[in-house]
Amino acid sequence: MGKVKIKKSDVWIDMTPMSDVMVLLLTFFMLTSTFVKQEPVKVVTPGSVSELKVPDKDVLTILVDKSGKIFMSMDKTSDLEATLSTVTSNNNVTLSQAQIKKFKNDPMFGVPVKDLSSYLNLPQSQMSEKIKTYGIPTDSINGGMSEFQQWVDAARQCNDQIKICIKADQNTPYSTVKKVMSELQNMDENRYNLITSYKKQED
Amino acid sequence: MNVRVDFTPMVDMMMLLITFFMLCTSLAKPQSLQLTMPSNDKNIQQQNQNESKASQSVTVYVCADNKIFYGEGVPRYNDPNWLKATTWGKDGIRKALRYHKVDDGTMPVDEIMQAAAKLAADRQANPTKWNDSTYNAKMDEIKEGYTNGKAGNRLATLTVVIKPTDGASYKNLIDILDEIQICSIGTYVIDQLKPEEAAMLAKRGAK
Repeated sequence: MGKVKIKKSDVWIDMTPMSDVMVLLLTFFMLTSTFVKQEPVKVVTPGSVSELKVPDKDVLTILVDKSGKIFMSMDKTSDLEATLSTVTSNNNVTLSQAQIKKFKNDPMFGVPVKDLSSYLNLPQSQMSEKIKTYGIPTDSINGGMSEFQQWVDAARQCNDQIKICIKADQNTPYSTVKKVMSELQNMDENRYNLITSYKKQED
Repeated sequence: MNVRVDFTPMVDMMMLLITFFMLCTSLAKPQSLQLTMPSNDKNIQQQNQNESKASQSVTVYVCADNKIFYGEGVPRYNDPNWLKATTWGKDGIRKALRYHKVDDGTMPVDEIMQAAAKLAADRQANPTKWNDSTYNAKMDEIKEGYTNGKAGNRLATLTVVIKPTDGASYKNLIDILDEIQICSIGTYVIDQLKPEEAAMLAKRGAK
């Protein structure tokens, strides 16, 4: 028997279908997804079987983290600018155009009004670090509205259709959430959504 | 002329773009629970309304360390046996709410849950018959007690009063609202803890 010579064949795989599939996947992702909002503090929302979706426009999001710090954001930048000007004029604070622009670019705001000017003067990289230490105060000022209530009131004045969504961490103590809810109740804001993640009902 | 275009850089770019989109964007839209609170001005009237239906109510106390207690009917602050301890989940609070008997011996939550399950099964079998608005309208009817349609008799529905302590976590509040949604209970109130109730809970070792 002679030596059987195994011919070394060159395997050439045609990658054309692979790049077709990649184009389709890419187009799908580009069209269907939305950018996630950068939040100053990480919040893990509790699970719920509710399947109602969070409304996607005219939304005022109130973020409450574990320690009770409050941050807010609005989806419409025009509303945000109007709300900012209402609150700053009510508290006799003036901001320059550059500071207002920085405020609009911030994904969430949560600085007491007296520190707002100094916070907005920081360079962009330090702002995201510094905001974690602040948080909108909920103590009432001289028996009147607290700063938190002022912001919500200003937002309501700018856009009557605005819906309030509360996003709180699983381990936020109820006392903090109660404070936020009772301040909203005092302003007659009685309808709001609580943001949760989907949990399948264990039956 | 035979022109061969090399597509290698295009595939590289696409890989980079796909990785970018996979990491920075999200497909899942977060869900939300709708909550409507009673207005503070009308609180006095609300309390009077709640008093009259106290016999058809269950008060649930949500406490720290995932402890949960409940009491059926009119609160009896001096009777330690009124306050019952239970656990979260199917065999705890859900069972207690589902099989709670009202004055006339019926179990309204159980009947409402069965009617709701029947409606859901009906919707799966005939999706064209039940679109979103008619399904939601019928569910609201069932939650109000009309399990046999508007013409039938109305069950005495259960009202749940939720009283969380300051030590409870937000997750506990969402969990109890979830259980209420699962049991298809239409009326619930989130209320303040009274001092007598706080004392009763402290005796049972809850904060």
